[in-house]
Amino acid sequence: MPADQQETLFQQKVDAEQKIEPRDWMPEGYRKNLVRQISQHAHSEIVGMLPEGNWITRAPSLRRKTILLAKVQDEAGHGLYLYSAAETLGTGRDEMVDQLLRGTAKYSSIFNYPTLTWADIGAVGWLVDGAAIMNQVMLCRTSYGPYARAMVRICKEESFHQRQGYDILVTLSKGTPEQKAMAQDALDRWWWPSLMMFGPSDKDSPHSAQSLKWKIKRQSNDELRQIFIDRTVSQAEYLGLQIPDPKLKWNEATQHYDWGEIDWTEFNEVIRGNGPCNAERLAARQKAHADGAWVREAALAYAAKKGERNAA
Amino acid sequence: MSSKNEQDWPLWEIFIQSKRGLDHKHVGSLHAADAQMAVENARDVYTRRNEGNSIWAVRATDIHASRPEDQGAFFDPADDKVYRHPTFYPMPEGVKYI
Repeated sequence: MPADQQETLFQQKVDAEQKIEPRDWMPEGYRKNLVRQISQHAHSEIVGMLPEGNWITRAPSLRRKTILLAKVQDEAGHGLYLYSAAETLGTGRDEMVDQLLRGTAKYSSIFNYPTLTWADIGAVGWLVDGAAIMNQVMLCRTSYGPYARAMVRICKEESFHQRQGYDILVTLSKGTPEQKAMAQDALDRWWWPSLMMFGPSDKDSPHSAQSLKWKIKRQSNDELRQIFIDRTVSQAEYLGLQIPDPKLKWNEATQHYDWGEIDWTEFNEVIRGNGPCNAERLAARQKAHADGAWVREAALAYAAKKGERNAA
Repeated sequence: MSSKNEQDWPLWEIFIQSKRGLDHKHVGSLHAADAQMAVENARDVYTRRNEGNSIWAVRATDIHASRPEDQGAFFDPADDKVYRHPTFYPMPEGVKYI
């Protein structure tokens, strides 16, 4: 069948809300776009373990420590679900990991910010995971079957993450004045980077229109960002904390919050590699990979030896 | 960083039975050096919240699939045999338990 006819059939399938599966014909651009997006998403889960891992040994109680351990383990699992989905498109795991380690693949810029206090672990769960959930709930309906199925799995686990973060901030905001100040400081530092997680504004988002047509994305960056803000304001009010945006105000006419302006210069700088922790994050992943090399080799050698013995 | 000659762990497809009496269902894949590691890693990756009662791990290269481009012709023989369905047979009025 000629390619343009294939493409028409493909788009009809997408429009009819039929999932695209790994062995189906798909436009090269669709495949490339998906590999880029899913592997970036996977890398984000893996790198995302680092800012939180920073506090595992210093969690304020055994209860908080076991919870944080479980959460970080979930992030590793989410990374693996996603690599698994990306691999169905014909790109090997080693290639994707290699791109991350060489610094040629992107991951969510939010993880290039440091977790300076315990309250940051609360803010990461509440805001960063909260923002991620908005995106991930949308992606449960993405057109590519394996990606959608991985997302359903992730979403089931993710709301524990957001709640445990909020729970940390509830405790801190009801605590001593110092604890409450710590919670406010975390909100001050994480609010704007969390809003940046939704990506560039629709008018500046290079991949958006095509992704929406292919139903890889189902809602635009700006739509999701607005829903997130609308939902989060009352949660901050309950904590008695102030969202660091003087322009934030309910708009009776639009039934949404009006809000200020994102500092896109900061966003672009962090993406370009100049955020507070870009170098540190990459170095940590490179070290982990290098340190694990002997384990990977030993496991293969062991499997080969056992295979020989079984064959004999 | 992985060197070019570093060999990768093979890919395994994972199937989980969530409860006794149900089918094993495909959940995704993972890399492992051997079958035992595949089953143990599958436990950690896919059953952290009691989703599993039993795990199957199958080397991805051992799975043979039908071709989506042949889908029409391949499944065609089942298309025109309406007599395979019970609704094909109208039952006389008054006949019970059938």
